[in-house]
Amino acid sequence: MSTDASSRPAAVSDRTRPLADRIPVLSHLRRSVGLQRAMLVIGVVIVAVFVLVAAFAPLIAPYSWAQQSANGVDFATQQPPSAAHIWGTTVSGFDVFSRVIWGAQTALFAILAAIVFSLFIGVALGLLSGYFGGWLDRVLLVICDAIYAFPSLLLAIVMSIVISRGQSTLVGGILAAAISITVVFVPQYFRVVRAEVVRVKAEPFVDSARVIGVPLGRILVRHVLRNSTRTLPVVVTLNASEALLTLAGLGFLGFGIEATKAAEWGYDLNRSVADVTSGIWWTSIFPGLAIVLVVLGITLVGESLNDLSDPRLRTRRRAGGAA
Amino acid sequence: MSDVADIRDLTVTFATDGAPVTAVSGISLAAHAGEVLAIVGESGSGKTVTANTLLGLLPETATLSGAVIIRGADGETDVVHATHAQLRAMRGRDAAMVFQEPSTALNPVYTVGWQIAEGLRAHQKISRAQAKVRAIEILRTVGIPDPERRVDDFPHQFSGGQKQRVVIAMALVLNAGLIIADEPTTALDVTVQAEILELLRTCRDEFGATIVLITHNMGVVADLADRVIVMYRGDIVEQAPVRELFASPREPYTKELLAAVPRVGAGKSRTQGQDAAASAPTEAPADAVVVARAAEIGYPGRFGRGGVVAVKGVDFWVAPGEVVGLVGESGSGKTTIGRALVGLTEVMGGSLTVLGTEMRGATNRRLAPLRPEIGFVFQDPATSFNPLLTIAECIAEPLIVHGRARSPRAARARVDELLDAVRLPTAFGDRFPHELSGGQRQRASLARALALQPTLLIADEPTSALDVSVQATVLELFAQLQRELGFASLFISHDLAVIDEVADRIVVLRHGVIREQGTTAQVLGAPRDDYTKRLLASLPVPDPVAQAARRQEWERTREG
Repeated sequence: MSTDASSRPAAVSDRTRPLADRIPVLSHLRRSVGLQRAMLVIGVVIVAVFVLVAAFAPLIAPYSWAQQSANGVDFATQQPPSAAHIWGTTVSGFDVFSRVIWGAQTALFAILAAIVFSLFIGVALGLLSGYFGGWLDRVLLVICDAIYAFPSLLLAIVMSIVISRGQSTLVGGILAAAISITVVFVPQYFRVVRAEVVRVKAEPFVDSARVIGVPLGRILVRHVLRNSTRTLPVVVTLNASEALLTLAGLGFLGFGIEATKAAEWGYDLNRSVADVTSGIWWTSIFPGLAIVLVVLGITLVGESLNDLSDPRLRTRRRAGGAA
Repeated sequence: MSDVADIRDLTVTFATDGAPVTAVSGISLAAHAGEVLAIVGESGSGKTVTANTLLGLLPETATLSGAVIIRGADGETDVVHATHAQLRAMRGRDAAMVFQEPSTALNPVYTVGWQIAEGLRAHQKISRAQAKVRAIEILRTVGIPDPERRVDDFPHQFSGGQKQRVVIAMALVLNAGLIIADEPTTALDVTVQAEILELLRTCRDEFGATIVLITHNMGVVADLADRVIVMYRGDIVEQAPVRELFASPREPYTKELLAAVPRVGAGKSRTQGQDAAASAPTEAPADAVVVARAAEIGYPGRFGRGGVVAVKGVDFWVAPGEVVGLVGESGSGKTTIGRALVGLTEVMGGSLTVLGTEMRGATNRRLAPLRPEIGFVFQDPATSFNPLLTIAECIAEPLIVHGRARSPRAARARVDELLDAVRLPTAFGDRFPHELSGGQRQRASLARALALQPTLLIADEPTSALDVSVQATVLELFAQLQRELGFASLFISHDLAVIDEVADRIVVLRHGVIREQGTTAQVLGAPRDDYTKRLLASLPVPDPVAQAARRQEWERTREG
């Protein structure tokens, strides 16, 4: 059966469709119903709050991330939540609330940098490897498989040591984290794009372009790449949460960013380990909660996009009318 | 009482992202015991949905109303209101399904014997050894040679026709009273199709099975059916006994459908005349567009593995302004030849010249000046357009690439001209490929192939993915454009009737070797090669009376 009859209602040009139907997350939101919609909405709200907090951190946080005194008075260390420090202070006398807020900024930068790097490298390699095949494809596949074999955190630690010898500034630290995450993620983008390219290049419309005599670069970009990126939004969101976890993991293990250079949740958790046994809960709960919430939010968005993009997994309202 | 399946006032609605789509709107029909009931219609007519409803195989997005009663030996089941357990008990025991694509209907990781036994074990307590005995027995019944050994073979070890026999065996083994065959021969070659139709006839005559046959092929209907139901857009247009329907169709839609079916002997083979055959050249003219001399074409191996030679030394030519039909069954190498003409497959031996350029060992650079001279129409119009570009952008692509226009916008005037030439409204240029029907897309494909006014057009099964009535208009358009523009063409098809409509000369191909070539009248009217004769005899004609006579003829050639 062809889709002849079913495609008829959709006989409106994409160009004339409302903008909201063409932006990935928004279009998914409009198509979703029930539980899938609730998951997506919760995820989107959490992510939106996270991004807003990161963007307006200077306005929200009462103190800087490395501030240990105000008006010439040093902050008392390990103070429980109070009016001056609503989430208390740490062992070094930092304000927990301010560090959690500033930490959002660091996390967002790291996520963005990691995604941008791995996306560009992974997509470019996947496109070339998938289209040309041959020995280039073989070599790249073997390298990717080799990278898969390493635990990703171990690889990230090695990269972090190579890049910045373990400790560094805000930019250096974020870059070190981002690049180490990139090394882990490039194979994923590579695999996804390569698989799509291998599928698309066998499609008759690519043959048709070759028969017409379309130059190679134009075939790659206009005909192959544009048709191979459908699954990327899902991979990007799922990787974003993993990027944050890797950054926090690095920080927790002491390979992150120094406290005086930037606020970072993993580092804060590391410093609060000793506090837990002495009943000081506020130094670990808040950064930990921040990590859990952001990862949860991004994962909810990613998983919902995954389900909604697949017509077989997407739930629909039942057709009206008869029983 | 004698109705095995009874559908009353059935409506099926599917939930989609847009408005709900009604696939079947309030139809009633009955399949009498021991008859072959054919449901014919074009794609989107709801015939497959109706068939799937009989077994309760619709997806969760479907909403049913009305009644669908299946009467088996042990009582009746109302499919619409049955529980999952009742449906499961009914399937296989009372009604079974034969699918269109036998290679995907069988599980590749189990032996066929296991899969036949699976059905038996689902319905009765039976030992492994007993199940195997029954499987061997039924495989012998459906004509699998040496069943004791083949029962332990995996699906990939069988040919396409044999796989379909195994699927039919799975349907027969539980002695289901009703067999639903959804396009059972569409994926098969004509010669194999004739054998499977024979087997289905045996199912009816010897097992007393009732067969609901879903098909779009009027030849198959004429060959096998007792009664015909014509469906259109979810509704029954007409139902009548097969001879009555073909002899005197009542509804205009049925008449149109029957008139659109191409018949061998109604096309160029009739108008050409035998004297043209006598004066036909036997040598390639000096100005031939394509000349193949002992050309071997195939797929070279990679990483030191040996290649595959699909076409083993063919000699043929295409003269300017001539349409050459290339006919063959699957695996004959016809598509390989078509693709070699544009450098998509490699010439491994002999010589193949296209417009004076030798294709053997040709590089992309040497082929570049050839590109604007050759147009290509692909088989499946659904996938031969980049889904992200509009139709106008797709048609403009060759114009832009070859410097005739700087942007899709600049090319628009020419694109509109082309759309007009293939009788599509120019507004369709702004649509995306998925918004066009199959026939419209294939016209757009023709427009793209003709954009640079090529001297050679290669058409690879351009109508085999289309409905009959659409196929007729596309063929007519092709013939008209060919007359007006005078391009030479290599027209590849597995359908002799289609070739008859368009081709001046025919090349018959089998297993990479040319069996016969000559003018259309000569090859179709007075075939000399045994294979061509068999091909012609296997082709069911859309006329039950003539087909009955042909069937006897076919049975004779098979025995002889």
